[in-house]
This record gives sequence, structure tokens and C-alpha cells, in this order.
Amino acid sequence: MSDQLYQERIVALAKAKVGTGKLAAPTKSARRDNPLCGDRVTIDVRLDGQGKIAEIAHQVRGCLLCQASASALASVAVGRDAAGIAALRHDAERAVGREEGEAAEPFAAFTPVSAHKSRQECVLLPFETLKDALS
Amino acid sequence: MSFSVAAVRGQFPILSQIIDGRPVHYLDNGASSQTPDTVLNAVRAYETTGRANVLRGVRHLVLADREASEERADVAKFLGVPPMEIVFTGGCTAAINLVAYSYGSLLQPGDRVLLSELEHHSNIVPWQLLRARAGIEIDMIPVTADGRIDLALLPRLLTPKTKLVSLAHVSNVTGAMVDVGAVVAAAKSVGAKVMLDGAQRAPHGPLDLPALGIDFYVFAGHKAYGPNGVGVLWAKAALLDAMPPFMGGGSMIGRVTFAETTWAPAPRRFEAGTPPIGPAIGLGAACKWMQALDWTGAHAHEMAMVQHLMDGLQKIDGARIFGPAGLQNRYPVVSFTLDGVHPHDVAQTLDSFGVAVRAGHHCAQPLMDRFDLDGTTRVSMAPYNDGSDIDAFLSGVRYAAKTLR
Repeated sequence: MSDQLYQERIVALAKAKVGTGKLAAPTKSARRDNPLCGDRVTIDVRLDGQGKIAEIAHQVRGCLLCQASASALASVAVGRDAAGIAALRHDAERAVGREEGEAAEPFAAFTPVSAHKSRQECVLLPFETLKDALS
Repeated sequence: MSFSVAAVRGQFPILSQIIDGRPVHYLDNGASSQTPDTVLNAVRAYETTGRANVLRGVRHLVLADREASEERADVAKFLGVPPMEIVFTGGCTAAINLVAYSYGSLLQPGDRVLLSELEHHSNIVPWQLLRARAGIEIDMIPVTADGRIDLALLPRLLTPKTKLVSLAHVSNVTGAMVDVGAVVAAAKSVGAKVMLDGAQRAPHGPLDLPALGIDFYVFAGHKAYGPNGVGVLWAKAALLDAMPPFMGGGSMIGRVTFAETTWAPAPRRFEAGTPPIGPAIGLGAACKWMQALDWTGAHAHEMAMVQHLMDGLQKIDGARIFGPAGLQNRYPVVSFTLDGVHPHDVAQTLDSFGVAVRAGHHCAQPLMDRFDLDGTTRVSMAPYNDGSDIDAFLSGVRYAAKTLR
């Protein structure tokens, strides 16, 4: 298809479902809705003594882009604190074209979303939710 | 006067475009319809040869005054009502807010307004604002499994305190048309008024509102082949006369002093400030255009497309239609889900096939919650759509089913 939004790597990230589910005893949880499209992300985290993520789980009621982003985020979140997650977000922002520069993996997979402004929030919603959980 | 889809298509310049090598398959008419040449020409004539404010003495620019009264009559004719019962608003949402504010100010704490579970947010939130302001209560009619307002529950939900029943004439999600006769009979038995949100019904042909027995009707210009920025409220003259203004400003007054201001009679009482002149002229032209169409032929064409679409969806594994299965008492709005593929991903894939549809909650979150849906993908048709649009749509859904799960 011409837009090539759903490239294999994005579909593979979504299908990998890294970190899907709930934690039995989360330290913190947060839920975010996108009021425009109705996507909803819920994230549980268990933090270690230094405020770093020891365990993460997410439930996404949303599109493939949102699922793929949550899966990618869960794959690299463990061991990071709020500042570390904020740094990762810059990669996602670069991938979707909201910031200058090249995005690092795994978020480079979202580069095709840069041509679809209305879908960029779908990629960023898991980051917003995790930020809430860590605040 | 006979219906020819090719002749109708030819009047809509946007449909002849080729974008990225593909024709435009516009199936998002429930969100906003397209606009025919006759409407564009009417607006252009006003803007280029007659632009001036209404009710002003610019004698060499007379188009505004002439058209402003003519188009009120054109809208009135389309609805089967007297012109002075037509209020121009900024849109359908604005019209409902007007009723919620002005008619709402006549209600007492404890009075009740009855809505349904499938309402658009624009027919829920204004009543919640009124509830917070005036202490009214809101009741809700649930929907049936096939997405119709469950009128069997109506008698037990109506009380002597119910002052208004406000329902979608046609659902913007399921395409189901409400049984207006049953609603009116039940509402009148407790002395309640009836308002219909006609946003999804008005684009499918002229109406005879007095025959429906209702009290208020609202619709949007931009969904009915007209410009955006204009909508219509119709109410019986006696009701309008009893209602206080919604917004204050120029044109809606009788006489202003700092001590006291008197109101103009309806409809001007509800049209404060400069009205949306160009859009209203366009809407008048759109109503004339609809009036001239063969709706017997157009409706049969629309229902044939619905059947074609539903037959095609039923052959796709995991596609589920959300709404009435048959063609009775429905309009050409079809929502569906595709197992394992999110509605937005279906819509995005369709976009790459040149097919425009809508995905999401369709501003009907209570309905989505009731059926535990993330959202649906919605196809909404107009008389200018044809089989090629439906075929392109079905190709896109098949592709999404094959590649995204």
C-alpha cells in the first residue's frame, strides 16, 4: 500500500505483546485515555528502592500503533527511572517526526508514522501513561 | 424526475478528483457530506456579487437581504413548516444547546429529560450542563442488541415529571431510525415534548415535521450537502415565543436601554449577532437541491448499497455488523468490527485504498461502553456513492483482515 504505515516491524512489535497484562502487586498504576479516538492505556509498574522500574505490565485498548508502542516501551523500560523513560520518549518523538534527529531502536520502527499526524498520539499515549505512573 | 447516480455524482466536483492515482471513495458522509455545484455557486454568488450584512440598507448589494429571506423559506419547505419557525444556528450542536438552555430555563428542579443510550454526545452533554445548572434529572432508554432504541422500555421510563424526550432520529452509529410515532404517542401521554436530532436523517430527503407530531427538530448544514458553520432549529411558533433568548447581542432585541431590554420575536430572538450569511444561503441551496432529487430512487439506491456492503462484510471472516441486520427503518450508516483488528487500523488501511470512513467511538461513548467496544468502523453513504465505492471498501477490509492479524 502506498502509505506503508503498517510496516512489518510495527506489526511485529504489536504481535510480540511484550509486557501485556497486569502486575499482581504494582507499586504504581496509571490509566490514560485519548479523548479523540478512545484509545486507552493502563500501565502497572513495580519500582525498586531507587525508583527504577523492576517490572512493568500494560493493557492497551487501542489501535495497532498504540499496542506496538506499549510493547516496544515495555521491552526497554526495566531498570529505568522517570528521567530514563523521558529520555526514551525523545526517541519516539524523533521517530514520528516531532523532534529533529534520528530515533534509536526499538522506536525507529515508528518512522512511517511521521507522515500521519493524526496517528502520532497513538504512539505517544503509552509514554504519557507511564509518565503518570512514575510521577 | 428519475434517479441517476452518474448524474448526481457529476454535480459534486470533489468526487472527480484522482488522489495518489486513485479515485475518491467518500464513505464518511455521516461526519460531513460533500457539496454540489449548485451550493458552491450560490455561496460564490453571494461572496462575489452580493456580500453585505443582512437587514442593512445597502441597496446596491441586495443579494444578502433577498437571499436571507429566500433561504429561510427553502429550509422551511424542506421540513414542511412555516419559514418563521426556522432558526439558523451555528450548527446542530449549537441548536441542541440552544434548546437545552432556552427551553431548559423553563424547567423546574426535579423535572426530567429522557434521552437514549445511543445518543451522540451533543444530545447528552448539553442536558448534563442543564442538570448541573438547574437541577433537572436525566433518564436514559437502553438500546436493543441490534442497536435500536428499545421503545418497549419507554412506558416505564416516562413519568409525569418528564418534560422532554430528545432522541436521534437516525443513529449516527447503527443507522437505525427510531419509531417516531411510538415515541410521540408515549411522550404526549405524560405531556412531554419531543425533540429529534435529525443530523443523520436530514441528508436523506425532505421531511414533513408537522405530520411527525414532534416539537423540536435540529440538523446540521454540513452533513446535508451545505456549508459548515450553519445549522437549523425548528420549533413550533408557540414554543419559540415562550422561550427566552440563548445569546444576547445585536438583531435579537426589540429595544435596548440600560434599565431594560426587550426581545425581538422568533426567529430573530435566537439569532444574536450577524448570522452565518454565506453558509445559510448555501444551506438554502442545498435544501432546494435535495427537494429536487428523486428520493424514491435515491433511497432504493442507498439501500441497495447497504445490502451490497452487508453481503460483502458477511463473507469476511471475523467481520461483525453492529446495528440492524435488515433494511427496514434504517438509513445508509453501517458500523462494524473486525475481530483482531482495531477500528482505527481498519480505517487507516481503507485510507490507503482511497476509501474515507470513520473509526472510533463516533461521539457515542455510552453506546460503546454498553457493548464493551473499543469503537467501530463506520461507513456512511450518500446518493452519490456507487458500487465502485463499496467494492473498494470491501477490498480494503479484506486486505486489513489478511495483513493485520
